[in-house]
Amino acid sequence: MTTKFISIEGIAKRYPASQGPGATTIFEDLWLSMPSGEFGCIIGHSGCGKTTVLNILAGLDEPSEGTVIVDGQAIAGTSLDRAVIFQSHALLPWLTVMGNIAYAVSSKWRKWDKTKVRAHAQTYIDKVGLTGSEHKRPSELSGGMKQRVGIARALSITPKIMLMDEPFSALDALTRGTLQDEVRRVTLETGQTTFMITHDVDEAMYLADKIFLMTNGPGAVLAEIVENPLPRDRSRIDLHKHPHYYALRNHIIDFLVTRSKTFTATTPHHDPRHVPVIRPAFTEAPTMPSLHSATR
Amino acid sequence: MIKSLRFRAAVVSIAIFLAFIGVWHLATRQTASVGTMSPEYAKLMGLTATSGKSAMPGPLDVGAKLWEHLKRPFYDNGPNDKGLGIQLGYSIGRVGLGYLIAVIVAIPLGFLIGMSPLMNKALDPFIQVLKPISPLAWMPLALYTIKDSSLSAIFVIFICSVWPMLLNTAFGVAAVRKEWINVARTLEVGTFRRAFTVILPAAAPTILTGMRISIGIAWLVIVAAEMLVGGTGIGYFVWNEWNNLSITNVIIAILMIGVVGMLLDQILARFTRMVTFPE
Ligand SMILES: Nc1ncnc2c1ncn2[C@@H]1O[C@H](COP(=O)(O)OP(=O)(O)OP(=O)(O)O)[C@@H](O)[C@H]1O
Ligand SMILES: [Mg+2]
Repeated sequence: MTTKFISIEGIAKRYPASQGPGATTIFEDLWLSMPSGEFGCIIGHSGCGKTTVLNILAGLDEPSEGTVIVDGQAIAGTSLDRAVIFQSHALLPWLTVMGNIAYAVSSKWRKWDKTKVRAHAQTYIDKVGLTGSEHKRPSELSGGMKQRVGIARALSITPKIMLMDEPFSALDALTRGTLQDEVRRVTLETGQTTFMITHDVDEAMYLADKIFLMTNGPGAVLAEIVENPLPRDRSRIDLHKHPHYYALRNHIIDFLVTRSKTFTATTPHHDPRHVPVIRPAFTEAPTMPSLHSATR
Repeated sequence: MIKSLRFRAAVVSIAIFLAFIGVWHLATRQTASVGTMSPEYAKLMGLTATSGKSAMPGPLDVGAKLWEHLKRPFYDNGPNDKGLGIQLGYSIGRVGLGYLIAVIVAIPLGFLIGMSPLMNKALDPFIQVLKPISPLAWMPLALYTIKDSSLSAIFVIFICSVWPMLLNTAFGVAAVRKEWINVARTLEVGTFRRAFTVILPAAAPTILTGMRISIGIAWLVIVAAEMLVGGTGIGYFVWNEWNNLSITNVIIAILMIGVVGMLLDQILARFTRMVTFPE
C-alpha cells in the first residue's frame, strides 16, 4: 500500500431523479487505491454501482464529483493504457477474430503495416488458445471463445491496466475455470494492474489480491477492503484446502448476505477515506462474527 | 425437402402463368360484334373494331410485338419512334442520376442527424413537413426554376428518394450499439475513423434497407414524371402509345416497367445481403 498507481479520490455519481427535482445518488465520496501490479476485485449486490465505478475508471463515464488519478495524472476520457473487457464481450460482428484484434492493434500502433499488425495479433490469438479460428466471425464462436477474443483484444494493446466487468458471468463453470486460470497466468506474467467486477466469491478469492466490498445502493459505500490471505502461488483446484480458505469465504459471504444491507445503519462513524482493511485468517472458530474486527 | 418445395412452387407458378395466358387468350379471341359497340367508339377504334377482332390484344399479339421489340431495342426513328431499350435507358439514366445525388446528400446528412442530437431536433420539423409531399407536387416548381424538363424529372427523383435514405441512415446511425462505440472509445479511435470503421458497418444494413425502399419509390415516380414532362423515357412511351391507341405496346411497356423495377430491387437486395452481418 505504498504507491498508489490507481487512486480514486472522492468520486460520486448522481442521476437526475426520474420524477420531480433532486437527484438519485448511486454512491458518494468513494475513495479507493491500488498499487501497481495488483489484482483487485469489487463485489457487491446488483445495482450498487460497480459498473459505474469501472466505467469511470475506464473514462467511458464521468463522475459527478471527484477525480481518478492514474500513474500520477488525473484521467480525462478513455486511454489505450486502460483496456476494458466488456461483460457482453462487445466484439464487432462484421469483423473476424483476426479483424477484431487487428483493429485494436492498429488503433494503438497506427504506423504499423498490415503484416506487422497481423503478426502481433496472431501472438495474442495463440496466447488465448484460438489458433485456427482466426477467420471465424463472432457469430460462429461459442460464448467462451468470444470472451477469449475479448481478452486477447484487451491484452494485445499491452495496457497498463485491465478493467473487467463480470467477464465470465455468462459462461459455464468449466469454461469459466479455464479462463480464470488464463487470466491469472497472464496478469502474473505481465504484471498488469487489474480491476475486476464479479459476483462469484470463489472467483474473487482465486484471482484477487484485494477484494473491495460494496454495500447495497442507492447511496452505496465501500465498506471494507479484504486482503487475500491465500498464498500467491495458489491453484484453483486445491484452493479450498488452504487453512484460511473458509475464514475468507465466510467473511465475504456473511457480508453479502447480511451486513451489506445494514452496514450504513450499524456503522455511523464509517470514514470513507480510511476504509478498514481486513485480513481474515484461520482461528479456532472461523465462522464466528468476532472475525469482523480482525486485524486492522 | 427444400429443393422439392422450390420445385413444387415453380410448378405452381408456371401453372398460374399458363392459366392466366389461357384466360387472356380466350377472352380476347371472341369476336366482339360491331353491333354491340357504340358506332362512335367503333369509328374511334378504327380497324381493330370493325374487322371483328377484339380491341384488346391477345397474348399472341403481345408476344409477337415483344419479340419485335427485343430484336431491335435500340432503333431511333425520330422523337416519337424510338426502341424500347432507348426509352428504358433514358428512364434508368434519370433514376440513376437523381438517386445518386440523393445518396450523396442523404447519407452524410443522415450521419449528421444520427450522431448529433442537436441536429436531429433542429432538422426534425423540416423533415416532418417535407417528407409527406408527393414528389410530383414539386414538378411545376422544378420546371419553373430549372426550366428543363429532363432535369426537372431528375430533381423529382432526387426529392422522392432522399427521404427513406435520410431517415434510415439517421436511425441506423443513432441505433448503433453503445458497446461498439465504447470499444472504439477505449481504443482512442478518432471521430472520423470511428464513423467509418464502427458506425458505417454497424448501420450499413439499415442504410441499405432505406436505399432499397428509395429505388423502388424512384422507379414508381419516374413513370409518372415522364408522362408529365414528355419527350423521352418509358413513362412518355406509355403515354405516347396510349395516344397511338397501341394497347399492345402499352402492355409491353407495363411488363418492362415491372421487370426493370424487379431487377433494380434485386440489385439492392444483393447489396443489403453483402453488408448484413449475423450477430
Ligand atoms: N443512465 C442512468 N440513469 C439513471 N440511473 C442509472 C443510469 N445508469 C445506471 N443507473 C443506476 O445506477 C445504479 C448502478 O448501476 P450499475 O450498472 O453501476 O450497477 P452494478 O453494480 O454494475 O449492477 P450489476 O451487478 O447488476 O451489473 C443502478 O441502480 C442503476 O439503476
Ligand atoms: Mg454491472
